Amino acid sequence: MQTPKIPRKAAAGLVILGVFFLMALVGPLVAPHDPMAFVDIPLQPPSRVHLLGTTGQGQDVWSQTIAGARSSLLVGFVAGLMMTTIGAIVGAVAGTFGGLVDDVLSLLTNVSLVIPALPLAVVLAAYLPAGTRALLVVLVTTGWAWNARVVRAQVLSLRNKDFVAAAIVTGESRLHIVFREILPNMTSVLASCFISATVYAIGAQVGLEFLGLGDMSLVTWGTNLYWASNDAALLTGAWWTLVPTGLSVALVGTALVLVSFSLDEITNPRLRAVSASARALAARGIRMGASTPVVRDHG
Amino acid sequence: MRYLLRQLGLYILAAWASLTLNFIVPRLAPGDPASAMFARYKGQLQPEALAALREAFGFTGGPLHEQYAAYLVHLFRGDLGVSVAYFPAKVTDVLAMGLGWTALLTGSSVVVAFALGSLLGVIAAWRRGGAFDATLPPLLVFLGAFPYFWLAMMLLYGFGFTLDVLPLRHAYADTLAPSMSVSFVASVVEHLLLPATSIVLASVGGWMLSMRSSMIGVLAEDYVTMAHAKGLSPLRIMFHYAARNALLPNVTGFGMALGFVLGGSLLTEIVFSYPGQGYLLVQAVRSQDYPLMQGIFLTITMAVLAANFLVDVLYVWLDPRTRGR
Repeated sequence: MQTPKIPRKAAAGLVILGVFFLMALVGPLVAPHDPMAFVDIPLQPPSRVHLLGTTGQGQDVWSQTIAGARSSLLVGFVAGLMMTTIGAIVGAVAGTFGGLVDDVLSLLTNVSLVIPALPLAVVLAAYLPAGTRALLVVLVTTGWAWNARVVRAQVLSLRNKDFVAAAIVTGESRLHIVFREILPNMTSVLASCFISATVYAIGAQVGLEFLGLGDMSLVTWGTNLYWASNDAALLTGAWWTLVPTGLSVALVGTALVLVSFSLDEITNPRLRAVSASARALAARGIRMGASTPVVRDHG
Repeated sequence: MRYLLRQLGLYILAAWASLTLNFIVPRLAPGDPASAMFARYKGQLQPEALAALREAFGFTGGPLHEQYAAYLVHLFRGDLGVSVAYFPAKVTDVLAMGLGWTALLTGSSVVVAFALGSLLGVIAAWRRGGAFDATLPPLLVFLGAFPYFWLAMMLLYGFGFTLDVLPLRHAYADTLAPSMSVSFVASVVEHLLLPATSIVLASVGGWMLSMRSSMIGVLAEDYVTMAHAKGLSPLRIMFHYAARNALLPNVTGFGMALGFVLGGSLLTEIVFSYPGQGYLLVQAVRSQDYPLMQGIFLTITMAVLAANFLVDVLYVWLDPRTRGR
């Protein structure tokens, strides 16, 4: 079997993610200033002294962006991991056991899916004590259900495959079948679940903190935007207090989506065939036809 | 019909779950929830108002099931308590002020984003591998990765502050009184433009991508090849044969996405001081107005559930296959 080349999209996504991880890991060591400290005259535009200018409270924007990367990425990825784990367990159990267990779990999943996430998150965050642990609880409670639905659908389609039938005939326990036979065979689905959960977690965290819910004494991407808007950054024209943080959120989100697209392409041969044949046709100056090509394994 | 009944059952259950969450969450907070919640209002509220609030939320001191019953009774009478931020107004009255504006903003931008995104998705799938398909999806994904409210801030800065061509805040000019006159409606549209654009920009990519992938699936169907073979015009095949059928999965996604877009539009409202539920929400958070926060949660949830049901009805109407079952 040939190993698939890393597609260009995935490479771009991984590079962007790598830069942000590096920033989160070693950033606070190389950041020029304490992100909370008053270092210069407030609302200075970007200059050689302060690469990205200063905030309305005289803090260094560049240092704040770096510090925000650490806390926001940590919360985003931990919450994403928790959502994927819970979603995978619920979805896999529902899909494999079927019957009443499936009915109850699917109902629970569907109910959580139709209740809008942000208003619920606001009510939860308002009552829980402000802090990272509460934030994780809020994000996971409002975001696990989508993964459960995706995993359940995938399990249902795997359940009738021969290797599962073989495991049943061998007399393996149901739990063994769920965790050792079915889940390992859907790694790519789990990975893309993890990615979309992380994207949700980062976005929701930024949104909640922008509203003023959460620990406002921390420096995160959400609190950066909260303070920028509180200090009326836009009405004083201080775009530099908003742009670095917003751009960071969007770059991380885009990078994650790019990686997820490529995962689809690597694991779904049809999609790979589409882009490969489109490229081949374009190289010969032929416009793509309307049919979906079939993948061929040679060459 | 059975499909619709089952969906209706799901929404009723979801409505009950959110009512119950609304009851439980304040009681899960650490410490004695009732006194923690009400201690904040000492000095702000008159004793009678406090008593009314306690009753509306069922904090009557009895056993939990009695509290729950009292809470449900008050809820079905339409009593959500008294707002702290807008004291002495009732929560229901405060909510009624903002409901129409949120419906206008979210409704118009969701419809525009859905129509535009689906159309772009059809074109991208039709010209798969072309320049349009290669540039637009990544660009829209990038735009969609920005927080809604951040795009809103940038639009506000660009068009409202720097260029000064569109209004910065509120839903209509301060000098006008609400009426059905031409100048008032024009002012409402003018004020709607920027916030709606930011929501459309942030959400159009998702519609486009899902439409594109379902369209690619449909294009591989035999009846599309047949239509090509018959020599029908490309436009006819594109819209009458392929797009019509590819639209169905997007319609199912509509209800689910609505809740998500509403969340984003609440934050957008804050940026533009748009007087909808989102603006009320930030007032509620700032003044720790728990009754108002919970009222907003309940109204928005009920609205989303109702919208989901309408989408299901639409789906049954669009897809004859669901009617047989």
